[in-house]
Amino acid sequence: MNSKLESGYGLNHAVAYRETQMDQLLPRREFLKTTTGLLTGLVVAGSPLALIAPGRAWAVNLTALTSAEAATLMVGARTIAPHDKLDDAAYALVVHSVDLDATSDERVRKMIKEGIARLSTGFANSVECDRVAALKRIESSEFFQAIRLKTLQVLYATPMAYAYFGYEGEAFSKGGYVLRGFNDLRWLPEVPLEDSGSVPI
Amino acid sequence: MTKIDLKDDHAVVIIGSGAGGGTLAHELTRRGVKVVLLEAGKRQSLDTFSQVPGEAFGQLTWLDTRTQSGNWGVARDFPTLPVWHCKTVGGTTVHWTASAPRLQPWELRAKSSYGKIAGTSLIDWPISYEELEKYYIVAERRMGVTRRNDMPGLPASNNFKVMYAGAKKLGYKQVHTGHMAINSRSYDGRGFCIQQGFCVQGCKMGAKWSTLYTEIPEAEATGNLDLRIESTATRIEHGPGGHINAVIYRDISGQEHLQKARLVCVAGNAIETARLLLLSASPRFPHGLANSSDQVGRNYCHQITGFVWGIFDKPVYSWRGATLAGVVEDEVVNDPRRGFAGGYRIELVTLDLPTLPLVGLPYGWGRDFASIIEAYRNLAGMFINGEDLPRSDNRITLNSNVKDAFGQPVANIHVDEHPNDGAMRKHAQGQMSRMYEAMGAKRVVVGPTPPATHNLGTARMSTDPREGVTNGWGQTHDIKNLFISDGSVLTTPGAANPTLTIVALALRQAEYLSQQMKVGNV
Repeated sequence: MNSKLESGYGLNHAVAYRETQMDQLLPRREFLKTTTGLLTGLVVAGSPLALIAPGRAWAVNLTALTSAEAATLMVGARTIAPHDKLDDAAYALVVHSVDLDATSDERVRKMIKEGIARLSTGFANSVECDRVAALKRIESSEFFQAIRLKTLQVLYATPMAYAYFGYEGEAFSKGGYVLRGFNDLRWLPEVPLEDSGSVPI
Repeated sequence: MTKIDLKDDHAVVIIGSGAGGGTLAHELTRRGVKVVLLEAGKRQSLDTFSQVPGEAFGQLTWLDTRTQSGNWGVARDFPTLPVWHCKTVGGTTVHWTASAPRLQPWELRAKSSYGKIAGTSLIDWPISYEELEKYYIVAERRMGVTRRNDMPGLPASNNFKVMYAGAKKLGYKQVHTGHMAINSRSYDGRGFCIQQGFCVQGCKMGAKWSTLYTEIPEAEATGNLDLRIESTATRIEHGPGGHINAVIYRDISGQEHLQKARLVCVAGNAIETARLLLLSASPRFPHGLANSSDQVGRNYCHQITGFVWGIFDKPVYSWRGATLAGVVEDEVVNDPRRGFAGGYRIELVTLDLPTLPLVGLPYGWGRDFASIIEAYRNLAGMFINGEDLPRSDNRITLNSNVKDAFGQPVANIHVDEHPNDGAMRKHAQGQMSRMYEAMGAKRVVVGPTPPATHNLGTARMSTDPREGVTNGWGQTHDIKNLFISDGSVLTTPGAANPTLTIVALALRQAEYLSQQMKVGNV
């Protein structure tokens, strides 16, 4: 494997996390002058997103990619990390993060735009096995590796993913998990006290 | 705030405020010694610790560039982050997971225990277990280690219940919630563990021992500590006789300062400690300080690790609870019938959701990769901490092709695995897989080796000055008033997570140092 096949933790890791925040999902009417494209979606009633979304519709402003490029990229992110019932808004934040990189770095912009262009025009509408085959063919490219890494860095750090996967996250503000299920597993026997310890409260 | 003058040549300068440097600073200042403590990072607190995993990573991690080479899996999987340690007041004790086991007596006699093994540079420690044990006892009391003294064990988490049941099925006997430097009860003015599962992000309860909120404030209270944050040591200077007399460092604005010193203790984590000695080369010491043996930077050890995840058909919620509070100690033996020398610990582990796909899983994407994360609620986790064998060419060198913010060469970390490493990892991951299979796991996923968090051996203690960098006190063989006070001095790594040993050695070094200062030897 070459050095492009990076699992994840690295210098840009912390930066990617900052781009997972919900305030990137703007109410639809707010456009920026520099907008080059837009990704939009509706919040599905009863979905985890409905609990945390700012409104019934969301939009992501793009400042480097076109709407069509962003739509293709979003399908790419779904192919890399397919979670069928995870809301589009989570994948939109991946695209948003790529767009930010493409906005701030001319070389990255060129690399991303060329990478998207090289995927066949039918990519976004083709069936999953064809999409997987298309990505397999470019797996060793800088474009694919950048998209893969970005997907993993951003997608699973979104509030939508926390809710979807049942991850409860930060616990200090709620008194930890000591009274909230850290030892609530009942399908195995309890550990004898001499090999563990009593709960302090 | 105590200020020590830059020209004060009675000051002891300690570089690095982690397990070794932070403990040493406390021990010296409480004996009345004036100490300048240089720390490259910022100072955080229980209030400022971020609980957003990625943000916390950025807040605490040493992110300055390193390069790497060699055939270890980390070079392939984590090319930009070979090692994962901290740059903050308290050093790596801020993000450590607080496993605090002791080395075993036979581990300190590594060469005698294992015999001659081709391709290694094994030696025995210059000190005995009996000597070290006295300081282990003090360190355990100081740090509030569980299942030692009067500190009860931590309660069993869900993740540990799975580990325990699997281990018992396989016949393991020594299985418990670990010797953890985490308060199971309020102790030493700090609260008890509320099972947050955010050990790596900085413990907002302060239940986990860290020099940030134990040794360092106590040292400050003596009035003898001058802690200088965001101060990066770039060079150690010596006089015409070869004696150390100053440290040059840069503050956050890049401004250079020279602090005079009576003696210097380097505790910058094994990568930066070796780098600083090498960067301090002079006409008198052309290969770097304390390097007449050519051993500085060599024998780099990182301990063998590797994840195993079990996916069950019922929930585990492994993220709830102290991250590493569980251990199987039966494999901490030297039994050549297993096909390798040295021992390993099986340790409980889990990763928060954002970190799991980046660090815990083998490279992948698509349906199969995603299906593992789909099962996040039902995932149980373990990894190992095993002994790797020192090799002369596994080493830290200066990479002149890549420079840091101050224009100095960065450290290159070279690791070629010894066949012993692979054999141990295979055995351990096999045992862990069997544990989960015995408990009815639907699937077992064997993960990669994460970036190294235990960096050891690059200025090792040795009886023979030709085989190491320091004597049994961490005093360099070449220069009497230059000491090494971190994991760099570990002669061999053993299978114990190293922090307790680093603290014990710092306690012992402080005793020696103050006595040597008193009689005027240094």
